[in-house]
Amino acid sequence: MNSLDLLGLAFVLGFFGLMIASTFVLRRRKERMLREIPAFTRLQRAIGLAVEAGSRLHISLGRGRLISTQSAIGYVGLSILDRIARSTSISDRPPIATSGEGTLGILSQDTQRGAAKYLGVEFDPMRGQVTGLSPYSYAAGTQSLIQEEDVGANLLIGSFGTEVALITEAAERSESMTLGGTDNITGQAVMFATAQEPLIGEETYAGGAYLGVGPMHIASLYAQDILRWVLIGLILIGAILKLLGVV
Amino acid sequence: MRNPVYTAIAIGVGLVVLIGYFLQFGLLINLRIALLEWATILVAVALLIGVINLSIVHWRKSTTDQPNRIYSIALISALGITLAVAGSFGPTHPYSLWIFNNIQIPIEGSLMAILAVVLIYAGIRLLRRKPDLLSIVFIATAVVILLMTGPLFGIDIPGLAELRIWIGKVPAVAGARGILLGVSLGIVAAGLRILMGADRPYGGD
Repeated sequence: MNSLDLLGLAFVLGFFGLMIASTFVLRRRKERMLREIPAFTRLQRAIGLAVEAGSRLHISLGRGRLISTQSAIGYVGLSILDRIARSTSISDRPPIATSGEGTLGILSQDTQRGAAKYLGVEFDPMRGQVTGLSPYSYAAGTQSLIQEEDVGANLLIGSFGTEVALITEAAERSESMTLGGTDNITGQAVMFATAQEPLIGEETYAGGAYLGVGPMHIASLYAQDILRWVLIGLILIGAILKLLGVV
Repeated sequence: MRNPVYTAIAIGVGLVVLIGYFLQFGLLINLRIALLEWATILVAVALLIGVINLSIVHWRKSTTDQPNRIYSIALISALGITLAVAGSFGPTHPYSLWIFNNIQIPIEGSLMAILAVVLIYAGIRLLRRKPDLLSIVFIATAVVILLMTGPLFGIDIPGLAELRIWIGKVPAVAGARGILLGVSLGIVAAGLRILMGADRPYGGD
């Protein structure tokens, strides 16, 4: 075991410890201190509208492969889909999920089936669709779905590249709200320009905490914040040492 | 209530793969490689299921009275023809490559061309929707980079080439690294939540 592996293992164990400690701290505190992210405020409004006015929500899970680093953003999207499906499946127009990868397609159906069973409502497998298996075919398939299903709000949480602009353009044309976040740097730049409510960097991973998926989501946000400050400190120390010619 | 068997399998496999990544023991490495190979096979099967899902969705659309059913019929026909050709002759046969080179690549290329127009339009719309400092910096940076990426009719604007290099080396790299650090922390957090069984995006019963 080399020193880099040891450092990696220590980081993961430290992160794990911080998450557990944050859970205990959160149990004692009644107030949840989360900074306001306008995108999630608008999303909660859209969820309310979906139930009250019967507008359709569309959740796009991207094309992240589940045996790569892109899987994390896929799981975040699925957690949010689960939360939204549990809140809106009783409405006249339940949410619809699209993906550009087979496993994500299966899991999106499975998630919605679970939510429908929990609520005791019927599940239509067409609510979890694979719209294409290459970046552009996925975007093209999702474009037509947004127009055909008369979507009220689009939530794009997953691994997207530049092709996401075609999806947001279709949403803009159908006058529906778009909120999006991705793990891809290029995709984030495109979303910043095209989505009405873009999520930058780690904001995308905070979706579960803001939508009340579970206390562990808030605990992991606390752990992320602590570790971010540790990393900032280390970067600054490294820069100063470099400047002084020590390293 | 989710099935505890699924949760136990997910946590167990996740832990073996994670520990096997850091601790280089023979048995653990072999187990990790075997599990990853199984996952790869499952992903390939899921790809097939994805194709079946796509076909079912468009079959339903093409057999019901929908305004855009012609596109669904085109998709089903194209899928059938491609499967028949690639299945009979093999994926590297000239017939299969002809479909790929003369149909798929031009279609995807045209979508890429549309994307360029969409992005220009989105840039203009961004200034209308969010006329703040961040949007102005975003557009100005994009314009400077674009101006210096292609030839500017032989015109050399003094300082612009240096500005482009500086943008690429300093603020762009710093910003990207900052975003990537946040993304990396988010990835670790999401992975750990699954390993702890707090997130269970599987076994929806």
